[in-house]
Order: sequence, then structure tokens, then C-alpha cells
Amino acid sequence: MNKNIDTKKIIISNPLKLDCGKEINNFPIAYETYGKLNNEKSNAILVFHALTGDQYVSGKNPITNKDGWWSYVVGENKPIDTNKFFVICANVMGGCMGSYGPSTINESTGKQIGTDFPIITINDMVNAQYELVKYLEIEKLFAVVGGSMGGMQVLQFVANFPDKAKLAIPIACTSSHSAQNIAFNELGRQAIMADSKWENGFYSNYKLNPDKGLAVARMAAHITYLSEKGLQEKFGRKLQDRDSLRYGFEADFQIESYLRYQGSVFVDRFDANSYLYITRAMDYFDLSKQYKGNLSDAFKKTKTKFFVISFTSDWLYPTSENREIVIALNSIGADVGFVEIESDKGHDSFLLDVPSFLKTLGDYINSTYKIINERRI
Amino acid sequence: MKEEFNIISNLIEENTRVLDVGCGNGDLMKFLQENKTKDIRGLEISKEKVQNCLSKGLTVIEGNAESDLKQFPKSSFDYVILSQTLQAFLNPELVINELLKVGKKVIVTIPNFGYWRVRLQLLFKGTMPVTENLPHEWYNTPNLHMCTIKDFYNFCSNKNIKIYKSIALKKSRISEINKSNLNYKNLDSHLGIFLIES
Repeated sequence: MNKNIDTKKIIISNPLKLDCGKEINNFPIAYETYGKLNNEKSNAILVFHALTGDQYVSGKNPITNKDGWWSYVVGENKPIDTNKFFVICANVMGGCMGSYGPSTINESTGKQIGTDFPIITINDMVNAQYELVKYLEIEKLFAVVGGSMGGMQVLQFVANFPDKAKLAIPIACTSSHSAQNIAFNELGRQAIMADSKWENGFYSNYKLNPDKGLAVARMAAHITYLSEKGLQEKFGRKLQDRDSLRYGFEADFQIESYLRYQGSVFVDRFDANSYLYITRAMDYFDLSKQYKGNLSDAFKKTKTKFFVISFTSDWLYPTSENREIVIALNSIGADVGFVEIESDKGHDSFLLDVPSFLKTLGDYINSTYKIINERRI
Repeated sequence: MKEEFNIISNLIEENTRVLDVGCGNGDLMKFLQENKTKDIRGLEISKEKVQNCLSKGLTVIEGNAESDLKQFPKSSFDYVILSQTLQAFLNPELVINELLKVGKKVIVTIPNFGYWRVRLQLLFKGTMPVTENLPHEWYNTPNLHMCTIKDFYNFCSNKNIKIYKSIALKKSRISEINKSNLNYKNLDSHLGIFLIES
């Protein structure tokens, strides 16, 4: 949470007009890179993170000391092999890992911006990250990749910059947030705002933190990332460190204990206001509305190759919503591949060890890289 | 297989847009990509096969031809190929109609149930035919609507579907099918290959 971490950062001086109407400039975007950019600058992959992710895709996350959030996918000899590719990931605008967000210190007051931070959108996030691509002097990315909210950014990126990526891989995402998605996000926001320590978003002025509310938000959201079958198989009705029920409200069941743990570790690494702003950005995401109700129009100008992936047990961003993206692309004759991966791990499948996902993704990226390079020669 | 791929490839003009429906593990796609055109897509129902194709860098969509061909605009491909798959659909007529919408031309290949080896099995053994080309037993076959070269030929003329070219294959021997040799080719070929247009 903007602790004094030594993050790589650029300050974007170009003014950026946000969707809410406000214009910002001289704002920071924190990022991390893995691997080496080749001489032709043809091996760069921009990874977009999901709601609670950050720039630390691979290796050790210096804040949490845990593995990077996409360690199964990105790293040496991983599906996105950093021996071969130059991987870039930025903390999204609104985030709390060094990029411009509600916990950024306002230099004139010396205090965190809090809820004076403007409402931001997926479009704003992507436009800010494009500034990073320009800063790194990469004319054309080999690929843009991301799951969940990262997938939404993939779609928005190609729509905004149709000739800046050869390949786009949106995973387990949607082109517009559904009522169910908005409902769950609202539940999380209400939990945070109902915490008396939230103080209308200016908790840091009082050295407070609405950690109870944020933990509840995380617990509720975490359920939506799993599947009923996965939960049942992993936890069932198993009891936590006890042989019988205690007839009280302690965490009798393992699932309760697990969720409480998930909530408690989350508050140590994430800012409550960032959670509000980023979930809002997701709710506002409706790519087809940006193109007057025709999603295909978002991709009309692009020659980018697409590969859409969904998971059987993902009920948060179900296959039907991923398929809508495929249908929109097909209806304009775009180059799109699609597969629904079999997995019991719910929406979280894209972050976990799901071998058929990892293999298909890795093989696809590597063969496509080879095919595209051969063609150029 | 190779012979069938060669015949299909010869029916296709270079650098055209092709869709392979029921593309399996992508062998035909790969063959055409190397020999005819880079602009080729696949549609396949089996997850495992779709993953195999994608692993090779082929552009394939997981889907069912009976419901998912609708998403492609009219005449969006120069050629749509249906290789030895027609008999596996619940509603082959509907699929043919969808193919003719999506493709300017359609190539359909048919394992010929009228081949004499197939006929003899039913005639003499009294059991459902099992051959090299039709390896399944009656109880596990995916083939719901088997037909003969003659059946498909007649189907096209009844439905006013234009046959550009019809080719019979026996082992590796290739010959043209026409009205006058239809009965003979129907008896003596294991595979029929048709280039059609609505």
C-alpha cells in the first residue's frame, strides 16, 4: 500500500483526459519487466493484471514475499518464457502498488488523495499503460495478455490501439460487466463503506484502515472465484481444528477459517479505496456501448490475431460471455481462436496450476511467435 | 488420407480464405497452410482436438457446426471444407445449408456406404459393415447418417445445389464422377469428394 517500496516508476507528463472528464498529468505508473527486449524489439508481451493483482507477475513479490501472481504462466521455462520474451506489467491506475491511485500522496497537502481521486475506467487504465509502452520505445508489442479484468484491458487495448499488438489473448473475461458482476462488486464496496473506519475514504488522515470491511469484501469476492464443486471437494463440511461443533460463531468449518484467512492477508497488501475504484472501473466497462452497441466495431480496424480462453466452471465470467467476444470477432472475419478449458477451479483457474490451460497457452504463444517471425522473413 | 488432402488441395485456389469444419487435430489445415493458403480457420467440437490445433498455432474455434456456423457472415470464406464429417451430424441437411451460406464454395467428402466392400458385409455377413474407413461398430459409431456417393449426388440435384466437380477415390485411384458412371463409381469407390455451390 504505497509503503516505501523500490518500484520502477515513470511519471507521465502528457496530459490524459479521463472518461469522467477530468484531465490529469505528471502522474506515476509503476511497472516491472522480466526477460530482455531483443534487438528487433519484437518479443515484448504486455501483461495486464486483474482486480487485486499488481506489476509483480513473476519471481518474488517484494511486498508480500510470495510468488508473483502469474508464476505458473510467466517466468523462465514457463508458458510465457522469459528466456525468450520481454514481459512488461504495470500496476493499473487506481491501484496501490505505486501507480497513480487513491493512496498516492497529494504533494500540496502531504496527505493521501483518498476519495478525491477521480473515478477511472478500464479505458483510462489502458491509455495510461500505453504511455509506458511508448516510454519503453516499443513500436509494436508481440502480444497483450490478461485474465479477468486483465482480459478486459486486452480488449480495450486492441480497440484503442488497433496496430500496436500482433496477438491478443483475453482470458476468462467479458466485453461488458453483467448485472451479477456489478452486484458482487457493490456488495464488496458496501462492506468497505459500512466500516466506521472508512471515514468517507479519508481514513489515512486519521491513521485508520477499514480492514474489517475490506476483509469482508475480499471474502465475498473470493467465493465468486471458486466453483461449487471445487469448494465441496476441498472443504465439504470439514471442521477446523476441532472434532465437534462449538455451538457458537467461531470458525467451526474449514471453509470459514479459509475465508477469514483470505480476508486477513488481503488487507495487509491492498488499499480499501483502490478496491472501490477498481471495482467501479470494472462495472463501468461496456465495450460494445463504447461502439454504439456493436461490439464488432471495436475490432474493425485491427489485424491483431485473437485467442480467447474460458473455463468450464467459471460462473463469474462464464463461457457464454467469452463466446460473445468470439462471435463479434468472427462476424467481421477477424483471426480468432477459442477454447473452453475443462477445470473445476472456477474463475481462478487462469491463476492456478491447470495443466491443459498452461500447455495450450504456452504452445499457442510459442508456435504463433514462430509463425509470425517466419512470415516476416 | 494423403490422397484426400491432395484432391482437396487441388480444388482450392491459392491464397484464398478457407474454413475447415470438423478440423480434428488440424492435419488438413496444416497441409493446406503449407501448400495453398495461410488464411485458414478451423471449427472443432472436441476440446482436446481444439487444444491440439491451437498448440500448433492453428486458428481454431471450439464449437458445433450445427449451432456455431451462424456466427460467420454470409460468403465470408472462399471455401468451406467438411471432410468425412457430414454423416456425424444430427441434421446433415441443415449443416449443408449453413456451409453453403458461409462459403462461396463448399467441399464435402463422404465415406461411401455404397462401396462394394461395405455392401458385401451386410449382404453376406448380415452385420453392420466395419471397414478400414468405417472402423466403428454399430453401437459406438459417431456416424448417424451414413450415405452413399449416389445419395449425395441425388441430394444435390434435388436441392438445386450446383456440383462443380465430383471425384471418386478408390485406394489411391482418382476418377471423375458423372451422371453416366454414377452407379459404377458408387459401387467401386470408398470416398466421394464434391465441390458444390448454392
